[in-house]
Amino acid sequence: MHLAYPAVLAALLFCTGLYGVLARRNAILVLMSVELMLNAVNLNLVAFDVWLSRAARDTLHSGQALTLFTIAIAAAEIGIGLAIVLAVYRNGGTSDIDKLRDTAEGHGPDDPDSDAPAAEKAEATA
Amino acid sequence: MTFTAAATATVAHATTTVAAEHHGFLSPTGVEIAFLLVGLLTFGAAVVTVTTKQLVHAALWLVVALGGLAVEYLLLTAEFIAWVQVLIYVGSVVVLLLFGLMLTRAPIGRSPDADSGNRWAALTVAVASAGALVWVVVDAFRTTWVDLNGAAAGSTEVTGASLFQNWVLPFEALSVLLLAALVGAIVLSRKAKAAAAGTTTAPQVPGSRDGKRATEDKEGVR
Repeated sequence: MHLAYPAVLAALLFCTGLYGVLARRNAILVLMSVELMLNAVNLNLVAFDVWLSRAARDTLHSGQALTLFTIAIAAAEIGIGLAIVLAVYRNGGTSDIDKLRDTAEGHGPDDPDSDAPAAEKAEATA
Repeated sequence: MTFTAAATATVAHATTTVAAEHHGFLSPTGVEIAFLLVGLLTFGAAVVTVTTKQLVHAALWLVVALGGLAVEYLLLTAEFIAWVQVLIYVGSVVVLLLFGLMLTRAPIGRSPDADSGNRWAALTVAVASAGALVWVVVDAFRTTWVDLNGAAAGSTEVTGASLFQNWVLPFEALSVLLLAALVGAIVLSRKAKAAAAGTTTAPQVPGSRDGKRATEDKEGVR
């Protein structure tokens, strides 16, 4: 198999996940996009490991071992991430990452005008 | 070290040239056609995942994308990775995501504010990086073929042997990391639950039940 097929698919999937991370507003959808990016990297690791395990001798199957580690770390990441999202949802009542501006400079958390400039700022950066 | 790398490069180069001699650019094999079709399905599902307005549908399309990737692993003869992918991603991660959507009371129908205002900036960045990555990758691996004949490169036996011969220490460290993540997730959830029980004033039945459970948990800790 031509090595460009898995490599191009991994690049496309990674950029799809990148778009999702940048464009999505719900925190859980952002986590899904992060999973897509991690899977793209996993596909690269497996493809290059399969290639190198034939082309070279002493590769120790490092690509597949690293893929297993990445999958396990992704599972840990999704658990911690969802726990954080649920904690934020219980504290703030929203999982909308555009509204999580507690650490933003210039606006107090109880400032009634904080929403409108924040929205304007988001529009301006867009 | 450098000698090994040089030898690796030489052997790789030799195999590449040998492979290039009996492969054609425009004569895809059956495996390549299958890979291309499943890859198109996977990429389409991923695109729908990041663009759909219905949050639950995004999670379900993610199942299609991750399952398609498992089939790609099978086509690359990495069987063990494929089944781990099915077990962990399709089996648990997507279920966790669906639980998260449910617990944050995500709307069931179409939610028009699923995308934020910087969608066009994100699209620009994604298309630019996709173009750059695809160009670089195609240019770099134009003459490289993966040899899929012979024994599977990632069967359970091979993967297990390499994992427990050469990668034991990272494996054990990873188990400690998983334990730490588990404890961390429990700690995060417990704190949130205690705080929510402390601030709950609405006399609803589920709320009072939650409060009771939280106090029981606290007494259990003491």
